[in-house]
Amino acid sequence: MNIAVCVKQVPDTETKVKLTEDKKAVDESEINFILNPYDEFAVEEALQLKEKYDGEVTVISLGPDRISSAIRSALAMGADKAIHLQVDENPQDPNVVANALAAELKNGGYDLILLGKQAIDDDHTQVPSILGEKLGLPSVTVVIKLNIDGDKVVAEREIDGAHEIVECTLPAIISTQRGLNEPRYASLKGIMRAKKIQIEQKPAQLSDDQLNIIGFEYPPQKNPGKIVGDSADAVPELLRLLHEEAKVI
Amino acid sequence: MYHGTDYYHINSLLSEEERLVQDSVRQFVEEQYLPFVAEYHQKSIFPKEMSLKLGAMGLLGVTVPEEYGGPGLSYTVYGLAMQELERGDSGLRSFASVQGSLVMYPIYKYGSEEQKKYWLPLLAKGEKIGCFGLTEADHGSDPGGMLTRAEKTAEGWLLNGSKMWITNGTLADVAVVWAKTEKGIRGFLVEKERKGFEARVIKGKFSLRASDTAELSFQDCLIPHENQLPGAIGLRAPLSCLNEARYGIAWGAMGAAMACYDEALQYAQSRIQFDKPIAAFQITQLKLVEMLTEITKGQLLNYQLGRMKDAGEARFYHVSMAKRNNVHQALQIARSARSILAANGITDEYQVIRHLLNLESVYTYEGTHDIHTLIIGQEITGISAFR
Ligand SMILES: Cc1cc2nc3c(=O)[nH]c(=O)nc-3n(C[C@H](O)[C@H](O)[C@H](O)COP(=O)(O)OP(=O)(O)OC[C@H]3O[C@@H](n4cnc5c(N)ncnc54)[C@H](O)[C@@H]3O)c2cc1C
Repeated sequence: MNIAVCVKQVPDTETKVKLTEDKKAVDESEINFILNPYDEFAVEEALQLKEKYDGEVTVISLGPDRISSAIRSALAMGADKAIHLQVDENPQDPNVVANALAAELKNGGYDLILLGKQAIDDDHTQVPSILGEKLGLPSVTVVIKLNIDGDKVVAEREIDGAHEIVECTLPAIISTQRGLNEPRYASLKGIMRAKKIQIEQKPAQLSDDQLNIIGFEYPPQKNPGKIVGDSADAVPELLRLLHEEAKVI
Repeated sequence: MYHGTDYYHINSLLSEEERLVQDSVRQFVEEQYLPFVAEYHQKSIFPKEMSLKLGAMGLLGVTVPEEYGGPGLSYTVYGLAMQELERGDSGLRSFASVQGSLVMYPIYKYGSEEQKKYWLPLLAKGEKIGCFGLTEADHGSDPGGMLTRAEKTAEGWLLNGSKMWITNGTLADVAVVWAKTEKGIRGFLVEKERKGFEARVIKGKFSLRASDTAELSFQDCLIPHENQLPGAIGLRAPLSCLNEARYGIAWGAMGAAMACYDEALQYAQSRIQFDKPIAAFQITQLKLVEMLTEITKGQLLNYQLGRMKDAGEARFYHVSMAKRNNVHQALQIARSARSILAANGITDEYQVIRHLLNLESVYTYEGTHDIHTLIIGQEITGISAFR
């Protein structure tokens, strides 16, 4: 099975976001970047499918030079090849990203394209669906269980209060959600094997932005909490405050 | 995720692969070990299943070449891995140190081709566990005085004696045992099934509780001639193994120190007394600054020692300096961190007391602090102060 996994490098989950002085962008100078956690599920699923059906796993990532470490992380888990679509700065418009990925993916002859359900930095959750449209392929999102038999795909999606079961045929696009699998750690051997793999570099084909970010604002400061008491006696006072001051009940 | 302490941007001196190893082991320890460590400590057990997990990560015998099942990596990578393991617990790092430096290393360096081919791949995967028996109840700092004897007979080597304080002792499938023969000290591989070989847990430990520490005894224990390590001649052989392990300890100690510093810093920023976070008081700041300074110095020692070791330039006395300094400083840091956490610092809800107690063992094993002082003293003055 010829599998492509699209991954993104994102700031670590514990990053304290700082804005640039003009508040037009996030200050990246002190950010620790990691492989997007949802993409780890995609890489793991690709590796498990490869172990089962044979084939090849290609990691594709779009971004500036710094993303090479995220690509290496995916290779260290066990992917075979990698393509880095180079840009000076990450595009802010998911449509631009999907266009650039589609341009690369369409000639790859991939049976399956896997992506994380969302990138934890801009949280657009759009690329998998737009890709489906651009490539004319079925795209199943937020998948927590995946079964592939021949070219028949059965995918279980997480929806509000229920699971939805979707069938389609390969080639297809699947976006992965927590619960699908348990991503492996990069072993020391895997890391060194990855070191020897040449990452193919090519400029990304960028279309025009349709989305422009005007500026960023910090969320409003939260007021410190208040402890009303620590026994049942405090309940009436708590109710009064929730009703009169917080106005939530 | 936890990022470690890197005040002097030492990470920027590391290669991309070295950073990936650090991150990967860090995440492994964070998810697979730290959530359970308080329980291991309380029950005083080393969880045997960790052996396979460490093996799958490639953390057993990091420098052993690929042809024998190791990942064949550099000493810097080995050091970084030990640092991250000891951020979890000294017991976890001790397991890996013993397996890699005290069992796989002597087999690799002094073993026959058959011994290497049989044992190394199994030990690298963590499918088999090893221990290293040098110390005896009455011969610690002076192992040359050991009483354990190996007598050559027609059927094989006959071992008599006992070893004390042996890490992994009851878990081990194979013990690397050092004993005196007619011709001096030699090394032997003793499988756990051998008649006359027994391992008993040492109970009542306050330190390194999440590690298996045992007493080994050999009573007319007969092992085949092929079980002798052919290349190991004299006390130099076990000392060369200790030198490998000490190198990892120098890194590991900084892992424990970083865990303590990190916890103390967070605690100081959130704990309010006299209407202020305690981090606002000058005395607390002084403690934190001194911790961070010593961690940074220790990291620089380790970094340069690693590069020297990779270049084949590090001698045993260089390793002694890093082990001596870093464990001593880690112990001070753990104590100081414990004082910042005050009452909370004595429970296993937090890490500091566990690290503090563990580091007392680390201070003593693999050559006590004082013995390393004498090693460096002898090297720089040319005068031995051992006797
Ligand atoms: C948890 C733990 C795990 C261990 N694991 C292993 C293992 O796996 N394998 C193994 O073989 N051993 C192991 N050891 C043993 C360890 O290496 C010894 O404890 C250590 O070498 C010190 O020996 P000792 O305890 O007998 O102290 P002693 O040698 O009796 O020393 C007592 C004190 O005297 C000082 N001293 C001794 N000689 C001198 C001198 N010439 N000049 C100045 N001061 C001196 C020492 O520094 C120390 O302070 C372990 C120990 C512990 C605590």
